[in-house]
Amino acid sequence: MYTIDAKGMYYRDLNRLVREAISKGEKDLLLKNVNGQYYIGDGIRAKDVRITIEGVPGNDLAAFMDGPTIIVKGNAQDNIGNTMNSGKIVVEGHAGDVLGYGMRGGKLHILGDVGYRVGIHMKGYRRQVPVIIAGGRAGDFLGEYMAGGVLILLGLDANGKPIAGDYIGTGMHGGVIFIRGDVDVRRCGAEVGVMEPDENDRKLLKTYLEEYCKDFGLNLDEVMAKEFKKLVPVSLRPYGNLYAY
Amino acid sequence: MFKSLAPPEYLATIDTDKCIRCKRCIQNCGWSVYSWGGDRVLIDTAKCVKCLRCYHYCPVEAIQILDNPVRFRQNAYWSYHHIRNIKRQAETGGIPLTGMGSDQPYPVLFDHLLLDACQVTNPSIDPLREPMELRTYLGKKPSRVEIERGDDGKIRTTTEMPPQIKLEAPFMFSPMSFGSISLNAQKVLAMAAKECGIVMNTGEGGLHEDLLPYRDHIIVQVASGRFGVNPDYLNAGVAVEIKIGQGAKPGIGGHLPGEKIPLEVAKARMIPVGTDALSPAPQHDIYSIEDLRQLIYAIKEATNYKPVSVKIATVHNVAAIASGIVRAGADMVYLDGFRGGTGAAPTIIRDHLGIPIEHAVAAVDDRLRQEGIRNEASIIAAGGIRSSADVAKIIALGADAVAIGTAALITMGCTVCGKCYTGNCSWGITTQRPELTVRLDPEVYAERLINLIHAWSHELKEILGALGLNAIESLRGNRERLRGVGLDTQTLDILGVKPAGR
Repeated sequence: MYTIDAKGMYYRDLNRLVREAISKGEKDLLLKNVNGQYYIGDGIRAKDVRITIEGVPGNDLAAFMDGPTIIVKGNAQDNIGNTMNSGKIVVEGHAGDVLGYGMRGGKLHILGDVGYRVGIHMKGYRRQVPVIIAGGRAGDFLGEYMAGGVLILLGLDANGKPIAGDYIGTGMHGGVIFIRGDVDVRRCGAEVGVMEPDENDRKLLKTYLEEYCKDFGLNLDEVMAKEFKKLVPVSLRPYGNLYAY
Repeated sequence: MFKSLAPPEYLATIDTDKCIRCKRCIQNCGWSVYSWGGDRVLIDTAKCVKCLRCYHYCPVEAIQILDNPVRFRQNAYWSYHHIRNIKRQAETGGIPLTGMGSDQPYPVLFDHLLLDACQVTNPSIDPLREPMELRTYLGKKPSRVEIERGDDGKIRTTTEMPPQIKLEAPFMFSPMSFGSISLNAQKVLAMAAKECGIVMNTGEGGLHEDLLPYRDHIIVQVASGRFGVNPDYLNAGVAVEIKIGQGAKPGIGGHLPGEKIPLEVAKARMIPVGTDALSPAPQHDIYSIEDLRQLIYAIKEATNYKPVSVKIATVHNVAAIASGIVRAGADMVYLDGFRGGTGAAPTIIRDHLGIPIEHAVAAVDDRLRQEGIRNEASIIAAGGIRSSADVAKIIALGADAVAIGTAALITMGCTVCGKCYTGNCSWGITTQRPELTVRLDPEVYAERLINLIHAWSHELKEILGALGLNAIESLRGNRERLRGVGLDTQTLDILGVKPAGR
């Protein structure tokens, strides 16, 4: 394992060290004492590389990333996985706003709560399907403008509080959102339909959640025990009738 | 069917005596105006947009497209278009869409500015015999340059130069995405950019693999919908542009209608086929200059510090906004004026929001100079550049280079009919229908666009020669060489230009 002590280090220096280590063939990196440095993993293209972060990484973690796995041993901030292409991010805590903006592939697993506008503009094409799973609760505008991909919100330990905020799936025109528990239709955007998952959906959920539970040592059966709701766009063209031609 | 109370704008007419029934008009019309009636061509004139494709392909000059002489009673206040739009909206409840830049009769400042020339006491230059420099470098320039004398006695600079984009002439092609225009139209732009030593811009719709051979002449764009953005894409071109706004639709987003999203476009954008591609106005990760800085540097980190351009629509407070953009770390500020074109915008937005590019460039150039940061970024001016004279005038007002969109499309056959949003362009430009896009042969039309760039370059050299200048650099921000005609004192003050006669 290749260790970098990030204490007091400028983000540009830290990210340069990370890129240099990867280009030299390091496969397993440990970043210690990370404290808000931006852009860790930004634009890195490498398979089989694992970066473990101790501390709290700053905004735009794994932006445009293509391939690596990043494990955050704590909380993370905003804009994780911005336009990420492939790879995986595991956050063993809470994370902030605008996660997975325009995400094109890969996985984002978050143990705790997430902020506003999670999964905004997520994309998807055939087999390239980005997946975001959050274990806690989410802020407003979950899955806004979503065009593809899978967004799963579990609301574990929600203790009766609403799992998702208002305006779920506003502007959604592709992809699917699964929410564990009941969904108040009044909280959903006008473009979203709420339905019961069918057998195929449950199979799909199980596949995704198996990996998620393994990442965090959770019990899959307990997570699957509660009913899910499935949210999909009611129209491919939510604003098709807005214009006079 | 109830006949629309909004009468057709144009009357497509065929002289049946001249018509030889060859049916070329039926084949050529992308809007299905014509159909075969057994012994003659039938005309559904309400569908006509006056793009003149049929006229050009009629071998016997039998076709005429007239402006419909039937107009509502003339009224200086309630114009034809006001009444017609109300009737259309009453029938549909929708927002009338439009394409291209605003056609409304607001004052055009370009037409109130005149350039200087040399007579008697200062010599003009003959550009045919003497070297004339149009080369332009875009990017941050160092605030001071340090030099040293080497062991060989030669002087060299020791200051590290930030990355620059080299243009052989101060032109670039404005961003037009695959989706809004056809791939063939993008190829025309790419081929011409390569041949002329300038750059084209992908717009927000990804980079088709067919354009990769032209990567040294391409700027890639990142906008709120993030269509087609991956690490390959970011690193493919010479620079990355963050699109915040567009002159034709300041403050509102992009909206590519589902009609223009077939499989290839859907694949490039990673969205469902036939859906509307939505790029909302706000980038939801940018609510402040600090947030913009975060995205600029996220892109720089991902591209090993390629230059980043930020494109905005020119709005009232453009000078302060541009200052913020420069301070956020942008290498170029792309200003898109009120007259800027679009593939689709609500007419009401296009015609009533924003400010013209002439005011904006003058204000931004002033502000950046006052703050001592003009060298930190290049200014690209766009939005209604119609001729090389407009180019010279906007550069004299303070721009480093111009971006042209509409003018480039006109070389491909466009007649500025303004129906780009329908996806039916008979010239194969703003459509994805394969039977229409195949009409635009990239090599044939690239030649025409190259001709235009060469012609404008020659004209620019003539203008510079007349001004007694031998480099476009000497005209940049040189407002002393402009005079205003018929402009009020305040406008002259904003432009930093004296009235003619002074």
